[in-house]
This record gives sequence, structure tokens and C-alpha cells, in this order.
Amino acid sequence: MRVALFLTCVNDTLYPDTGRAVVKLLTRLGVEVDFPMAQTCCGQAHYNTGYRHEAEPLARHFSDVFGEYEAIVTPSGSCGAMVRELYPRMGERARAEGRGDTLAATLAPVVPKTYELTEFLVDVLGVTDVGAYYPHKVTYHPTCHGLRGLGLGDRPRRLLQAVEGLELVELPGADECCGFGGTFALKNSDVSAAMGADKVRNAESTGAEVLCAADNSCLMHIGGTMARLETDMRPVHIAEILASTDKEPAV
Amino acid sequence: MSSRERVLGRVRRALADVPKDDTPYEQAVVREYLREHGERSVAETVDLLAENLADYRAVVHRCPQGELTAVIGRLLAERGARTVVVPPGLDVGWLAATDAEQVPDAGSDTPDGLDRVDSVVTACALAIAETGTIVLDGSPDQGRRRITLVPDHHICVVRVPDQVVSSVPQALERLDPARPLTWISGPSATSDIELDRVEGVHGPRTLEVVLVGE
Amino acid sequence: MSGTFVGMPAFPEAAHEAVRNETLRGNLRHATHTIRAKRAKAVAEVSDWAALRDAGKRIKDHTLRHLDRYLEQLEASVTAAGGTVHWAADADEANRIVAGLVKETGESEVVKVKSMATQEIGLNEALEAEGIRAYETDLAELIVQLGKDRPSHILVPAIHRNRGEIRDIFEREMSEWGRPAPEGLTDTPAELAEAARLHLREKFLRAKVGISGANFMVAETGTLVVVESEGNGRMCLTLPETLISVVGIEKIVPTWRDLEVFLQTLPRSSTAERMNPYTSMWTGTTDEDGPRDFHLVLLDNGRTDTLADEVGRQALRCIRCSACLNVCPVYERAGGHAYGSVYPGPIGAILSPQLRGTQSEIDASLPYASSLCGACYEVCPVAIDIPEVLVHLRERVVEGGPAVREGNKVVLRPAKGHAAERAAMRAARWAFTHPGALRGGQRLASRTRRIHPRSLPGPGKAWSGTRELPAVPAEPFRDWWQRTQGGKGGAK
Repeated sequence: MRVALFLTCVNDTLYPDTGRAVVKLLTRLGVEVDFPMAQTCCGQAHYNTGYRHEAEPLARHFSDVFGEYEAIVTPSGSCGAMVRELYPRMGERARAEGRGDTLAATLAPVVPKTYELTEFLVDVLGVTDVGAYYPHKVTYHPTCHGLRGLGLGDRPRRLLQAVEGLELVELPGADECCGFGGTFALKNSDVSAAMGADKVRNAESTGAEVLCAADNSCLMHIGGTMARLETDMRPVHIAEILASTDKEPAV
Repeated sequence: MSSRERVLGRVRRALADVPKDDTPYEQAVVREYLREHGERSVAETVDLLAENLADYRAVVHRCPQGELTAVIGRLLAERGARTVVVPPGLDVGWLAATDAEQVPDAGSDTPDGLDRVDSVVTACALAIAETGTIVLDGSPDQGRRRITLVPDHHICVVRVPDQVVSSVPQALERLDPARPLTWISGPSATSDIELDRVEGVHGPRTLEVVLVGE
Repeated sequence: MSGTFVGMPAFPEAAHEAVRNETLRGNLRHATHTIRAKRAKAVAEVSDWAALRDAGKRIKDHTLRHLDRYLEQLEASVTAAGGTVHWAADADEANRIVAGLVKETGESEVVKVKSMATQEIGLNEALEAEGIRAYETDLAELIVQLGKDRPSHILVPAIHRNRGEIRDIFEREMSEWGRPAPEGLTDTPAELAEAARLHLREKFLRAKVGISGANFMVAETGTLVVVESEGNGRMCLTLPETLISVVGIEKIVPTWRDLEVFLQTLPRSSTAERMNPYTSMWTGTTDEDGPRDFHLVLLDNGRTDTLADEVGRQALRCIRCSACLNVCPVYERAGGHAYGSVYPGPIGAILSPQLRGTQSEIDASLPYASSLCGACYEVCPVAIDIPEVLVHLRERVVEGGPAVREGNKVVLRPAKGHAAERAAMRAARWAFTHPGALRGGQRLASRTRRIHPRSLPGPGKAWSGTRELPAVPAEPFRDWWQRTQGGKGGAK
């Protein structure tokens, strides 16, 4: 199976460890991973801030870059949801604006074969035990677009529960948004920060060392808040936990 | 141009983008929801009604037809009711065992006068088991809407099982929209203080429901 | 909408204060978390919730699609049942009609059932200007009215007040409006409810004119429905001689049978009950029972403008249950007042900028008052995709474009204050369509990472005021990938 890693612009620039973890994990599971060098950004920030027309060239570019692969895997619930949920909507809106079916037709091929990482593991590869080892106490925060947009359900938790050495503890108020929300974090920084602080306090109350999520943009916000509040917890992307093994443990 | 024409014109222009659609209402509205929830025997439906009425703080009594007069007499006496409003078409036998003065539901009385009455006894149009609701439709054995509103104590008699339906859809089927309807689920209540439910505001603070059998 | 809200600051400024108000935060957290859990339980009790939600959506969509026809049908059935129908294109017209009807009765006071439509048009203030006193009779509305406050929630307008504050307001203000609060009033909810009962009783008993809204209007029968809990609705709907109901034109359902959907979904979504204590249904007038005169004022006030927007029109499906407010993390922290409208929370953030337009500062900021977490859409009993409409309205704010205002087609200009953002978005789009440029930027960031400041100046402060910045790595992923041939060769 020819699988493309859609790492996302945020991960590529700021979180290369997550990208390396995905490559390591998928390779270990026998998947041949390619990283198309021409990939950039799915256009989510543009779209969600009201710049749909600026997002369109990025979506077309995405389709050009990834159209040929059998599966596109991304370690980001929100960028995955952008492609799966919002690309079709962009096509519809272009049609409603009298611009015909071209955009919808261009974007259609990538929509059904884009998978968020945990979805790909559980649904496509059919594994929940990925042979990982991670001897830490972990709490899991389901990010909004993964939870409510893609409907990831209990997939991430099933994967974490199968990790050797990992103690998974329940996060109170887990379903509540952490307050990141893309440009929301800047435009409504007071409310965003208050939501982030509440999320961190809930996470602290679990006694876990690690807060895990499947989206680094949310973790950037939660981790930044943790650092400012000087908590002892660390934010870790789920890919890094699943990639961690006995021989090569993640720290 | 009248405001009627202005508003209707705006509506029509607003829908200009909508492709002409003659799908009839019956097809446009898909109703895949249930007519009632779960399968129950008639007796279980009555039990559910009693349970749900009580859950929202109505006081539920059950008795056979032959004891109804005595039960109503006892409830009024326990309440210490000196006066009771009587709808014009109420079975006169129901109040045969009470000493309370009977006040007719006359069209001319004032709200103030009604406010001085202690209790009211009525029948009902039907009751809904799943929601614990009784419905009044202003029939002669229920009287005008105000008589079950202003007095602080309401005794409502439900004939079981023939006046009991399972669900809201079944209730609407049996009700006549031309009549003034009051759906009552427990005594008056409010959630306005900290979104916490408290019973007893403007409507009767005590609702007693008598489920009377064959 | 109501003049009370004119000149409201943009959402972020209003929220800035609210977030720091510990009492308010505590009150809102307590109330919304209580109701959230209860709603989930009430909804889980019915196995066909998804089908009910879908049917509710379809009924409303079908009605909106043929709204002209159903409005005419409703008018005919209400008239046939003895009611009088009036049409109001905007708030001023509705207020004039109502004030005129009250004056015809010779009365100078009215009792009111809680109604969002009359709040929206500022009816109480308009009546006051005509020498008519309007008494709010819903407990929460009474708290707001006595406290000279503004509503902050659709279902529970005084949600921002806790029991202690309510007690103080009753003790201080009730005597100004009628019967004073009982001596030694405590803050137990039961005693507070009792105080409201005593205070309002005399008003109900002497009232000659009642004013209401309605939750539903049935086109085929002309029936109006009011769903309530306290009995104040029944008082206002049945004791007065004249009843005036002001209702938004989107409140129509085609048939009697349609109520079977909404009478199941509304109580469970709003107060988390199987059924609310009282529901009144009336069709015109009834001899010897209830008001002799019944007037229905059908209100547009921006609804047809909303209907003209093919994405935004779904907001008109709203049945005002307020489930979206109760689950919203932004509402919970910012409070209802920050939304500058009688419609707060997620539904307010899409309704107010459509009913009023996006020109004012507050209305242009409302579409951004959301992290797009989607909790509102998940609980909405008529499946309004609130995040979709929020994003659509953001587009209207930054791009402008065609819209309808007061029935006229207009082309909106982009809102002010987004020029820098627009330039940044364009620059980012350019870089993202030129992978080489993106790579250059990433490398520059990596090479200069040791001299990056720990906090940002200007607009960047919005981030670094409360959060640490992520450290920029030594190399972006793509450089590692190329250097190691995808991790297969070379150094890791």
C-alpha cells in the first residue's frame, strides 16, 4: 500500500518529532510511507477565519500533491476533518456561487482516502496493539475535530490501552474544548486562556505525567499553558507514544 | 404597500434561489421516530404513568371506581379544604362524601374570588404515561382553564386504562386542537435559580392525581 | 433589536471583564454543568432521539421553504378561530401595533409571559414611553427586571445571578414594584420562588391585558403553543380579557401532528425534563374561557433577511431551547452579556449578526466568539450546524459581498480592522502554494531559533500573555526527511 504522510504545516515546522514518530510507527507496522515534498497546508486556518477563497488554491494544491496515493495519513484530527468535512463543502459553495463543478471534482478524490492516524491504524490496518512500550501515567484529551468532526470515538483510547506499561487515567471534562480553536486563541485570547487553564487543572487533577492528544495545535496551546502555570505535566502527541518501544523508548 | 404584502414579498424574494420544489409535505417530512417507546402491557403503561407523575412530584392515588367518592372526600378533608370549585359537568357523585362548600365554575366569577377557593376537582381528557402528563381540554367535567390554575390544590381524576396513552404522538392524535388545551406534568415548578428545579410557583402547588380503575 | 444593547463593545472586550469575574464564572459553571448532565440523561432516555432530531430539522426546513404559503394559511386559520392577525416588518412597527392595541383597551399596565421576540424588539421600553407599564412574570425575567439588569440566557435570563444575589434584589426592589419581599427572606430557592408567587399574585389577578410570544404556531389549525414551567404563562394566557402574542414568522409548523416531534425534543433539550410542567395550546378564542380578544402580531425584524442567506437560513430552525448555550465552553466563561444581544451563546452568535447585520462592532465580532468545537451542533435538537454558519459569517465580515438588508439586496464592504489579517492570510496562501518559499521560511526560523524572544510584541501578545511559545526545532521535518531519505539512511 502506497501511503502518503500528510504531516501538516504546523507539525512540519514545529513538531518534526511527531512526523518521525509516525514514520517509525507505520514502518514498524509494515507500511511504506512517503512524504511528498511539495505538501504545504490544507488551508484550514484560512477557511475557518473566513478566507474561504484564499483556502481554495491550497485545497487544489493538496489535491495535486496527494491525489495519486492510495491513502493519506495525517497525525492531526483537525486537518483531517478539514479535508474530509470541509473540502466537500468548499466544492458545494463554489457551485452555489455559479462557478460550476470544477472545484468539487478536483477535491473529490482526496476526500475518502484521507485518514487521521488512529483511524488509519484501527480501521485500515486493523490493529489496536501496535507493539508500543511507554511506562508512564497518561491522560487522554480528545480534541474537538477528532471527537465531533471525524468521530474518532474510542479508537485512540483503545490504542493507548494496548500500550505496554502505560497507565491510562480518565480526564475529567475530557469532551470540553481546550480553547485553542486556531485564530480563536488570538482573537479571543482571554476566553481561550481561561479554557486552557481549566483544561490543565483538570489534567493535573488526574495525577498523570503526560497529557496525550492526537493534535499538536491543541497540544501547543495546552503545553504552553502548562509551562506558564508551571505544572509538572508534559503534552505528548499520541504518535510519539505509539512509536515508543522497549528498545527505543520515547522520553 | 401593507406590511402583510411587504413581509410576504420579502419571503418570496428570499427564497428565489431555492429550486422549485413541489415535494409534498408528507414526503418532505420523514418520520422514522417511534410512535411509542418500548413495549408494555396496558397495566405496565398505567404503572409507568403513576411512576412518572410521582417523579415530578404529583401525588398519585389509585383506587377502584367504587371507592372514588371516598378517596376524593378523604383528600379534601386531609387538605382541610373548606371550599372546592366544581366544573359544571363533573359527576355529582364524586363529591358526595365531602363537607367542603362546592363553588360552581360560573363564567362570571372574578379571579380574586377564585383565589379564595381552596381546591378544585376535575376529570381530564387523557394522560400520557411516558411523560407523566395529564391533559385538560375544557370539557364540561374539567371546566374553564382558570379553575385548575388559581386554586392551590388540584385533584385530577384519570380513568384507567381507557384515558391513558403511552406517548406524546398518541396523545396528539386523540386531542382536538379546536379546544383550549392545558398539559400538566406535576405541580408548577421553576429552574430559574441556578438551573435547579424547585416545585411550587404560580400554578397549584399540590397536584393530586387519582387513577381510578374499573 | 433592543436599544439596551446599542453601543456594546466587541465580544473580546466584553469577555475580558467577564472572565475575571470569579462570582460570575462560578455561577455559570455551576448552572451549566448541572443542566448539561441532566440533558444528557433526558436525551439518552429516548432511543429514537436521532430520528426525532432529523424529523424536527425536516419539518422546519420544509416550512421555511414554503414560508409564504404557511403564513397565509396560518393567518386564515387564526382569523377563522376568532383571532386578529397583524403583520410587523420591523421592531418599531411591532411595538406601535402592540402599544395601540393596549391603548384601545384603556389599560395602562400589562402582564407578560417570558418571550424572546418581545425582548428582541424592546417592547417593554416602547410601552414605557407610551405610559404603559409591563410586568415580567417569569421568575428569571422578574429578577432581571427588578435588578435593572439585562438577560444573559435564553431559558434562564438571570443565570448569571446566584441565590444570594437574587435574595438581595428581591429584598431591595420588590417594594418599588408592588408587594414587598417577605420579612426575613432567606436564599433558599423554595423561599425565593414563594416570594415571587406572592409578589406577582395581585398583578395576575387584576390584569386585563396579557402579552406573550409563542413556541409554535400550527398553520393548519391556527393553534398557538406556549411551553413553560411556573404557571405564569397560564396566568397571562387565560386570566386577562385581551391577549396579544408577538411571534416571529419562523415559529410556524405546518400541521398539528408536527407538535409530536417538538413536544418531545424541546423539554428534554431545554430544562432536561420529560415534559415541562405546563403547556398551553389555544386556537383563537373560546367562549367564556380565557381572553375575549386575541391578537397575533407576526414579526419579521430581520428574519426574511436571514431567510435569504442560503447557508445562514438554517438558524431559523431554532426552537430557543438553549441547549447550545449550556454546553458552550465560550458561553460558560464569557457569560451571556458579552454577546450584546438577547440571543447569547452559539445560537446568538449566528442569529444576531443575521437579524441585525454585521455592521456594528459587536455584530462583526460575534462570528469569532467560538473555538468551533462543535458541541453546540451536537446537542441542537433541530441540527443547526452552528460552526458552519459561524464560518460563513466570518467570511461575510472579512470579504463582504452580497446580502439582504430590510428586504433589499445590498453588497456589503469588508469590515474594518481586518486589513493586516487579510494581508497575512494572502501572504500565507502565497507561501503555501510555493513550497520553496515555505521551506525558506522554516529554515530561517530554525536558524534563528536561539534568538527568538520568549514573548511576542503587538498582536502576538494575545498568545504569549498566557502561554509559552513552542520552541522552534533545529530543523523542520522535511529537511530531516530529505537528509535521511525518510529515516532509512544517514544520521537520525
